[in-house]
Amino acid sequence: MNQLWLVPLLPFLGAAVNGALGPRVPKWLTTLVALAAPGGSLLVALVVISEWRHGAPAPFEQVLYAWTRAPLRIDVAFLLDPLSAVMTFVVTFVGFWIHVYSTGYMSHEKGYQRYFVYLNLFMGMMLLLVLGNNFLVTFVGWEGVGLCSYLLIGFYYDQEVPPQAGRKAFIVNRIGDFAFLAGMFALAQRFGTLDYRKIFAAITADPHALQTPYMLGLSFAAFVAVCLFAGATGKSAQIPLYVWLPDAMAGPTPVSALIHAATMVTAGVYIVVRTNALFQLAPGVLWAVAIIAAATAVVAATIGVAQNDIKRVLAYSTVSQLGYMFLAAGAGAYAVAIFHLATHAFFKALLFLDSGSVIHAMSGEQDMRRMGGLRKHLPVTYWTTLIGCLAISGVPGFAGFFSKDAILGAAWQAHIALWAVGTITAGITAFYMFRMFFMTFHGRFRGTEEQHHHLHESPPSMTLPLVVLAVGAVVSGWVGTIPFLHRDWLGHFLAPVIADVGHGHAHAEHGPGLEAFLVGASVAVGLLGIFVAWRLYGRDRNLAGEDAFIARFPAVHRVLANKYYVDELYDAVVVRPIAWLARMCFRVIDTIFINGTVHVGAFVTELIGDLGRFTTTGNVRNYSLYFFTAVIVLFCWLVF
Amino acid sequence: MTVPISWYLVLASVLFAIGTVGALTRRNGITIFLSIELMLNAVNLMILAYARLLGDQAGQVIVFFVLAVAAAEAAIGLALFIAVYRLRRTIDVNRLNLLRW
Repeated sequence: MNQLWLVPLLPFLGAAVNGALGPRVPKWLTTLVALAAPGGSLLVALVVISEWRHGAPAPFEQVLYAWTRAPLRIDVAFLLDPLSAVMTFVVTFVGFWIHVYSTGYMSHEKGYQRYFVYLNLFMGMMLLLVLGNNFLVTFVGWEGVGLCSYLLIGFYYDQEVPPQAGRKAFIVNRIGDFAFLAGMFALAQRFGTLDYRKIFAAITADPHALQTPYMLGLSFAAFVAVCLFAGATGKSAQIPLYVWLPDAMAGPTPVSALIHAATMVTAGVYIVVRTNALFQLAPGVLWAVAIIAAATAVVAATIGVAQNDIKRVLAYSTVSQLGYMFLAAGAGAYAVAIFHLATHAFFKALLFLDSGSVIHAMSGEQDMRRMGGLRKHLPVTYWTTLIGCLAISGVPGFAGFFSKDAILGAAWQAHIALWAVGTITAGITAFYMFRMFFMTFHGRFRGTEEQHHHLHESPPSMTLPLVVLAVGAVVSGWVGTIPFLHRDWLGHFLAPVIADVGHGHAHAEHGPGLEAFLVGASVAVGLLGIFVAWRLYGRDRNLAGEDAFIARFPAVHRVLANKYYVDELYDAVVVRPIAWLARMCFRVIDTIFINGTVHVGAFVTELIGDLGRFTTTGNVRNYSLYFFTAVIVLFCWLVF
Repeated sequence: MTVPISWYLVLASVLFAIGTVGALTRRNGITIFLSIELMLNAVNLMILAYARLLGDQAGQVIVFFVLAVAAAEAAIGLALFIAVYRLRRTIDVNRLNLLRW
């Protein structure tokens, strides 16, 4: 267990070694280092977690050294408890296979070595985030993954769009990070420590102390919970800060799979679950979380219906699924949120890697209207995509079914409206996923002759991760509800992390009749979505269904295709005023005050110089006169 | 009879003053040069007068140094003026005023 510190260190080491070796070493060496780092990290993580599981069930803390000392002592320390164990496993496992995939996907790109430096760095930062035993270590990882996200979104820096998307992601995330910091400061001020276990022990010991009014009309718990959730909306792309995630698709596709689907964007869910004690003490905030999450889920899902870029469909799907996770957390079912986080990590990473495989085969084409009929050419991609789509649609037996069902059950207990929104979203999700599936793989090929000629199945380095993740997309759901092993195994595993301060939503068991109804409803809605997608896009209809839909509801399609004009709204309400303010600052403060001061200084200097330069006549006799005059003056001064 | 020290000093001061005025007022470079030599020698005279009065040989040694430096300076100065003359066909310092504002 004492090797826990190696888990985040190895990816950092990989990034450092590849960064030091530079781009001119042979490619196999870069690949070796890039794969050894996350691979080693995965192995160490598995060994450490299994050792810890077989030992005492208590959380394991490893203090490396004291970062700061009294009055606010902060250690660089790692914490292995059920929550961080699940997260570490998901991050290292999915991360490793995406690294493997990347070696195939990026093999023809320039910047191969730079890509893997960033990717390894990301792994290290993400593991720092989930393994940190206090808020500050987590925050370092939190900012670190944001940085890596920025670097990788803008990976194709010689094009116009990716760097802009990277900046957008970074700036939008800063808004959330600011709130996160404010929450952290409040905690440090109140408890004198940032250590998770110390803070939560103090909260559990005296929960009511935190419910006294604190700031802005909120109790202390509510204030901190709002701050942390605001941070989470930035990182995990919830309303109102979700706008960066679809644009983040400008990065390489494996990056979208790793950072913008499986790991980084789930950090917000992680932090909410980690601090569930605070959220439980602030029921109002919990309601806000649930409502925002439900709204995000349904809004993003409806936008996903009208997107034609294969990666954008998946991006909105990710936003929507993250909404599901927060819906579970908002309903008080924290273990279920982590459950969906884990299953989503598998099937969404799989779907992104599939889309990468498709884009790879289509020579960079991302528009689904120019795909179609790829089933024959990409058999492995076809079948694994089908598994991913079935998983996300909640078809029984696949991972998404179990986690989504658990979320809807929790939502039902919280409020029937939340359940209704969640169920409708499930139907829309099934629809747009199979819309993507049919548009891409069925019908006839609609691309150019050249693209058709080039079509090929991806190399084994890419198809192997697809198969592995496809298996994960099926079996990862079973850990939640293995019928013959232990019902709700994950829930029991995570139980120690969930604080018992007696305030979350009620948790009565469903009766079997209600349970059957809930499961039946979500499955029926999912199948309905698939059926509608099949009617519109299946049966070799190509784009006929899409065109019919657009002709029938032009206004609806326009609003959805334009993403509810949210980007335009933000542009008008936030971006333009700030740009105007910046211009005013430039014109008034910069031009008048700062430039003015400098110009006055320059003018005075010039004036003195202008007067003084007339002494430089160029005439030697003048100079000698100055000299003798000065000698006489000095003489008089010294003598008299 | 011995010459009183004040005579030497008056002579040296007069020579120095003549040299100063010459250096400041003359326009011919060579004449300015000669005026500076005159000032140097006025100082030499004064140093020698004191050396004799005080019975200190160090004063005479200093004068040798001054003479040596003056000789070197004269050589360099004359060389410069020849060079300037070749270039500008004049050594009138009023017209050698290129380095001005």
